[in-house]
Amino acid sequence: MRRLAHMALAALTLAFAAPAFAQLQDENANDFTEKLEIGISTDEIAITSDFRGADLTIFGAVDGFDPNLLAQGKYNIIVSLEGPKDNATVRKKERVFGIWVNTSSMTFELVPESYSLSSTRDIETIAPPGEMGNMGIGVDHMRLVPLGFVGDGSNLGEFRNAFRRIRETSGVYERDPGGVQFISSSLFKASVRLPANVPNGVHVVRAYLFRDGTFVAAKALPLRVVKTGVEQVITQTAHEQPFLYGLFAVLLAVITGWGASLLFRKD
Amino acid sequence: MSIYLPIAELSVNILIILGMGAAVGFLSGMFGVGGGFLITPLLIFYNIPPVVAVATGANQVVASSISGAITHFRRGTIDIKLGTVLLCGGLAGATVGVWLFSLLRRVGQLDLVISLLYVVLLGSVGSLMLWESVRAMRKAANNQATPLRRPGQHNWVHRLPLKMRFKKSKIYLSVIPVATLGFCIGILTSVMGVGGGFIMVPAMIYLLRIPTNVVVGTSLFQIIFVSAYTVIVQASTNYTVDIVLAFVLMIAGVIGAQYGVRVGQKLRGEQLRALLALLVLAVGIRLAIELVIPPKDIYSVVSAGFGF
Repeated sequence: MRRLAHMALAALTLAFAAPAFAQLQDENANDFTEKLEIGISTDEIAITSDFRGADLTIFGAVDGFDPNLLAQGKYNIIVSLEGPKDNATVRKKERVFGIWVNTSSMTFELVPESYSLSSTRDIETIAPPGEMGNMGIGVDHMRLVPLGFVGDGSNLGEFRNAFRRIRETSGVYERDPGGVQFISSSLFKASVRLPANVPNGVHVVRAYLFRDGTFVAAKALPLRVVKTGVEQVITQTAHEQPFLYGLFAVLLAVITGWGASLLFRKD
Repeated sequence: MSIYLPIAELSVNILIILGMGAAVGFLSGMFGVGGGFLITPLLIFYNIPPVVAVATGANQVVASSISGAITHFRRGTIDIKLGTVLLCGGLAGATVGVWLFSLLRRVGQLDLVISLLYVVLLGSVGSLMLWESVRAMRKAANNQATPLRRPGQHNWVHRLPLKMRFKKSKIYLSVIPVATLGFCIGILTSVMGVGGGFIMVPAMIYLLRIPTNVVVGTSLFQIIFVSAYTVIVQASTNYTVDIVLAFVLMIAGVIGAQYGVRVGQKLRGEQLRALLALLVLAVGIRLAIELVIPPKDIYSVVSAGFGF
């Protein structure tokens, strides 16, 4: 029975896939009844001394869905975890007199320090690139606005591509096109990852619901990433009492050096 | 086994950091140098943000220089007066250096300047030292004495005004070249995270003609205070001293140094200098190659918080 259902589903998907796509999209646009809810088990991630990154599972539910569309796999969900935003500068090296020197640069305004994306399938197949671009979902559609004067903007593309490529290869931007799974008809779970070199601050979990290529609903939840214990004390002291902190660092060095010379003294 | 560095804000393998500290400590104990010129490039190579590497490197230099300085103090081979003049120049230099550091970081040329400085300084000091030690070894083989200091022989440095008598060193010397040397070393300390002993010691011997027996102790005296000052200034202005990283490096470093000293005592002076020269040259050449060969990626990304 189960296998039969699967086969039927596959057949349906195949049948609807190409020709019916455009037609379905036009029907009943804008009268969405669906609602999206998400939840995380914690709103705070603590960084301890043995922190090596964390996997985060986000649970969510879609209410008021159309069972027929659901059965056809028309509902798609994208979940992203965005790190705190900061300006980022991309620099390009060129050969000058035989050595490689940074010659040009471009600063992008307030881009997330980390970005983990998880979806029911490859996001390029969930909605047209235009829609993704408008919403700024995915590394390829992330808004990269250059700061200051950029000349004729002819090199904007290469700097943007370089930025995306470097952030992805360094692991702070990542995507998992199978990371969101339906565990029942309306419940889903998504896994996103915090990299080991995660920036502290407020991260935002965002979930987007798409029905047949059209954006339906979104939800966002904050997630605070904080240092705890000794790490917290050290960071706080370093920023609030920088002079004392520096003095303490020197004192520590003096004690270590002195201690070693006493400990290993031969005469 | 990983450990989270609260200031660098990343997780690193503690064993690698311990290994780095021990290896550099071993070499610094063996050759009697601070090891800053090795630790800072190693940390940068291990993805520690250069800002943190430089400031933390200076902290490690304090620890590794102090036990040496204590030994010299007991033996009475520190010229405090000479050291203080060097130190005055050094503090001024370090202040300019920290300012230069943030300027270069802003315009994005810090990595280039650090690499160029390393290549030029390590390359020239390494070659000179190698040349000198090979000559000394040859002479030793021929059973000839090798006077490092030729008394009575003066150069232009000794014709400068503002002379001062340094009793312990038994010299009468202008404060201008001494303070200038201190100033230059101070800049290097804050820009490169090095103690500068590998430049200061030869400069004091060959340029200022200061007797060799007080040179090492006096340079250590200057290095401790300038490095300590750099640590405090970097901590106050850039918040970039990572105490966890520094502590791990220090512990491994001071232990490694003890074994290094033992190995060093078995070798002869000119052999030690030749080996140190080779090491210095190797680091210089390694950095030079990196400047010349096409980089893996001609683009680099830095965020406003860290890096350059």
